[in-house]
Amino acid sequence: MKFSEKWLRSWVNPALDQVGLAEQLSMAGLEVDDVTPVAESFTQVVIGEVVKCWQHPDADKLQVTEVNVGADEPTTIVCGAPNCRQGLKVAVATVGAVLPGDFKIKKAKLRGQPSHGMLCSSSELGLNDDHDGIIELPADAPIGMDYREYLDLDDATFDVDLTANRADCLGVRGIAREVGVLNRLPVNEPEVAAVAVSHDETRAIELQAPAACPRYLGRVVRNVNVKAQSPLWLTERLRRSGVRSIDPVVDVTNYVLLELGHPMHAFDHDKLSGAVQVRMAKDGETLTLLDGKEVTLQDDVLVIADAQQALALAGIFGGEHSGVTTDSQNIFLESAFFSPAAIAGRARRFGLHTDASHRYERGVDPELQRTAMERATQLILAICGGEAGPIVEAKDDSQLPQPQQVVLRQARLAKVLGISIADDDVTDILQRLGFTVTFDGASWDVTVPTFRFDISIEEDLIEEVARVYGYHRIQASAPAAQLRMVQRQEATLPSQRFKALLVDRGYQEAITYSFVDPKHQAMLFDEAAALTLPHPISVEMSSMRVSLWPGLLGAVAHNQKRQQQSLAFCETGLRFLPNETAENGVAQEPMIAGVRAGKVVPEHWSDEDRAVDFYDLKGDVEALLALTGEAERYTFVADAHPALHPGQSAGIFKDGRCVGHLGAIHPQFEKKLGLSGRTFVFELQLAAVQERRLPEAQPVSKYPSIRRDLAIVVPTQLAAGEILKAIENIGVNHLVGLNLFDVYEGTGVADGYRSLALSLTLQHPERTLEDQEINTAVEKVVDMLTNEFGATLRE
Amino acid sequence: MELNDIVAKAEAAVAAATTPQELDAVRVEYMGKKGLLTEQLKGLGKLSAEERPAAGQAINVAKQQVQQAINARNEALKQAQLAEKLAAERIDVTLPGRQAQVGGFHPVTQTIQRIQNFFGDLGFRVVEGPEVEDDFHNFDALNIPANHPARADHDTFYFTPKTMLRTQTSGVQIRTMEHEQPPLRIISPGRVYRNDYDQTHTPMFHQVEGLMVDTDVSFTQLKGILEDFLVNFFEESLEVRFRPSYFPFTEPSAEVDVRRKDGQWLEILGCGMVHPKVLESVGIDSEKYTGFAFGMGVERLTMLRYGVNDLRAFFENDVRFLKQFN
Repeated sequence: MKFSEKWLRSWVNPALDQVGLAEQLSMAGLEVDDVTPVAESFTQVVIGEVVKCWQHPDADKLQVTEVNVGADEPTTIVCGAPNCRQGLKVAVATVGAVLPGDFKIKKAKLRGQPSHGMLCSSSELGLNDDHDGIIELPADAPIGMDYREYLDLDDATFDVDLTANRADCLGVRGIAREVGVLNRLPVNEPEVAAVAVSHDETRAIELQAPAACPRYLGRVVRNVNVKAQSPLWLTERLRRSGVRSIDPVVDVTNYVLLELGHPMHAFDHDKLSGAVQVRMAKDGETLTLLDGKEVTLQDDVLVIADAQQALALAGIFGGEHSGVTTDSQNIFLESAFFSPAAIAGRARRFGLHTDASHRYERGVDPELQRTAMERATQLILAICGGEAGPIVEAKDDSQLPQPQQVVLRQARLAKVLGISIADDDVTDILQRLGFTVTFDGASWDVTVPTFRFDISIEEDLIEEVARVYGYHRIQASAPAAQLRMVQRQEATLPSQRFKALLVDRGYQEAITYSFVDPKHQAMLFDEAAALTLPHPISVEMSSMRVSLWPGLLGAVAHNQKRQQQSLAFCETGLRFLPNETAENGVAQEPMIAGVRAGKVVPEHWSDEDRAVDFYDLKGDVEALLALTGEAERYTFVADAHPALHPGQSAGIFKDGRCVGHLGAIHPQFEKKLGLSGRTFVFELQLAAVQERRLPEAQPVSKYPSIRRDLAIVVPTQLAAGEILKAIENIGVNHLVGLNLFDVYEGTGVADGYRSLALSLTLQHPERTLEDQEINTAVEKVVDMLTNEFGATLRE
Repeated sequence: MELNDIVAKAEAAVAAATTPQELDAVRVEYMGKKGLLTEQLKGLGKLSAEERPAAGQAINVAKQQVQQAINARNEALKQAQLAEKLAAERIDVTLPGRQAQVGGFHPVTQTIQRIQNFFGDLGFRVVEGPEVEDDFHNFDALNIPANHPARADHDTFYFTPKTMLRTQTSGVQIRTMEHEQPPLRIISPGRVYRNDYDQTHTPMFHQVEGLMVDTDVSFTQLKGILEDFLVNFFEESLEVRFRPSYFPFTEPSAEVDVRRKDGQWLEILGCGMVHPKVLESVGIDSEKYTGFAFGMGVERLTMLRYGVNDLRAFFENDVRFLKQFN
């Protein structure tokens, strides 16, 4: 809601400066977003009259004028505006004037003709963007008067960001009432007298949907001159409220909307046929709107219609057919109460948002229609002439909102606010707000005026009391509560623990958007189904991620483009998998993922330079899994994944169920993703790793451990993991450690084979192991390896 | 030769020895089986019984004297040798140390963590909720029925008219209260989404929702806990103001502004007393219980705390930006 400060002050004028007034409104819940001067600064612009005007002898597009600015002699000014003509009242920047942009007016010669000033356009004075020539002032504008003074330009536009409940303040009247309450001042509401009725022509009104429209006032105004010019005071107030002048009828309805907060509509009376019907639209009925767009209606849309057709979207937008034009002679004015429920959401459905719909869907005072009608009639008659007919009012009392009765209990007020406010203060605040109040010593019986349609329950009154009393006067206190410990399950690892581990291993935590580029996602995940945003910010941000990889890879590419080569990112967050059996059709699973690219460690004078590889990442994942205290439940199995290099990808299985993947991004995607070089990723379902085994302590053996090394030769394609698993599974007595410490292929080992060097560590908890026991254990391993895997011992 | 001369010569030889081998040769020459001093002892037999003890004594003193010289020299040579070895092992201690890559938490995570710690210490439990939400939890149960004008303010990313990306973490209040009765103290951090993208808006950002419901929770306490939080979060007494506002799910409602260093007020959180309709919609007796709720913008708090100017930087994940918070 934008309005002019001077307009407001003409209703109520508190002893506050501009800043103070803005602050007061904000602190009362009417947040002032912006205060801007209604005109940029300029000086020495006065009203003049063009007394002579002739063609410049040496320039086709220029005229030479003599302008009377109230001085002894007329001033000679060269002007290029096509609308410059003799007898016109104009705004003259005299020599010495400074216009917006620090533009100084000096004596000049234009194509040989002297020019001692400038005739100004609105845009040159920073009033608006109109470039339609110089300002044309009314004939009665006083010559010589300062233009700022004439237009009262030392004014500001207040832009108030009103909350959805305060629709009563969507007019100067409502704001003024609020300022009156806050400053204990009376409000000078302009008297709106009923205009004299000078003919008896009426149009019948049929309320066919009384719940949606319980009150509708109509009036015929005849012989209206729509070609008349709206007066400057009116167009200026509109301009300062951010509304453009269109024609006097539209200007007046807009003015009433801004002044009283009540929308109105005018129809061309001669285009209507029969009674005006306020009814629900028929399904499929069409209506061409004022902007020329045709809409197809549904039966929950309220329309204004005549006997023939729908004429307007009630409370939202007029129709083209019945609209007032400069040729209209007789008009039919509408002032109606539409119930918010009947309007809410409808404008949006048609892609509309109008000043009228904004107000009606929030609420309009159900008792204000007659005042608005009289006010609009009064202004139209004054500007356009014409004769007003009688007002026809159609209403359904049973459907009209009734004044609300609300009880405010003293005890409840104190309980909710935590302070007690003196009873007299509460009564005073409620009365200042326009409520009718009786207090019985324990509670206030409050009758709410119709303009405060947002008040219906006790909490509404508590808020009003607190707001006017002043939030700043309510002291702060510490909450009191019974001390009770929060449950903490030691067997559940917080996701923060996993991130901390990765961070300590060099990962930078990233936060990437949950919506990703569908092209990348489909490519990486083999067209896996994903949730799509119908109205995304951009197509690249339209697909809900099915994995954290697309976002993390994006982060890598973004950094590589900025010369950052060694990168490690991790992220936790949800992935979104369409799933009909899940709540809202989507399984939202917390994941933890990481990506690494570039050097394994920062370049250092002493180290070999090594690029990160699969085993670096696998080590990170193994460290994560080790946090569970039961790493043995997880296995890594070579497993194809559409996003990954077929020879460098593994599935991570827990008890045989796949809970994640790791590997190198498939080289064919590197370029498409903007990646430079090999990039390694992993991802795990957080839920699968958050379960931790609580420690069960075992005594530490005091006896020496024995290590035996074995080198075996096996086919290269045989997975080392299976060999290790098999050794663990055969149950070697007293085996406490198993390590694969060397892998060798080459001279001395046949092609297609490799040598694996294993160490077995054996230890007994209560005694020193005998040589024979050790040998038996080792033989058991060797036999198994020979029999199961065809392994041979390497000499 | 006189005994004194022998000792003097021996001491000179010891001093001249520059290696353990040379020193050992000196020892053999004087103290060995055929050494000069050993020979002297053998000569005692030629002396009379009266002379013998004194002469023997003198020789022993001489031997000790030489042995001490040898020992001292031996120690000095070892020291010199060690010093030489260590000198050879000298390194340049000013060369840069070996670095493992250093990582760090995202600044948004750090802020959330700090908020969780402040409220966690007061017994607020952390609860999380889904990000794809239904209109019941995101709107209806929060007293924002269909077509409520407040819905239009949310710039919601809808999937269907019934499902959407959550626009606020407040839905977690509902999900918690559906299952639990007061007393309740929870906070809920997480991602929220609005269809808006410019200098000051990103389509995804983070909120931390807080809720306390008990028998005597009041507006003064809401002010108290939030002022307490802000002072502790910023570790300075910032000027804070509570400005009346409107949220369908709280009443009275307020927005909280803090005064920036440039004197401007910056809105950083919304709060209020839980609306009785919200309590009733989840089966909590609104006569017996009252509650407060608040929702704070994590990015805004982070920007203020660390002087970040561009909101969008949080989601670009430029390591040069992120590493400043490590």
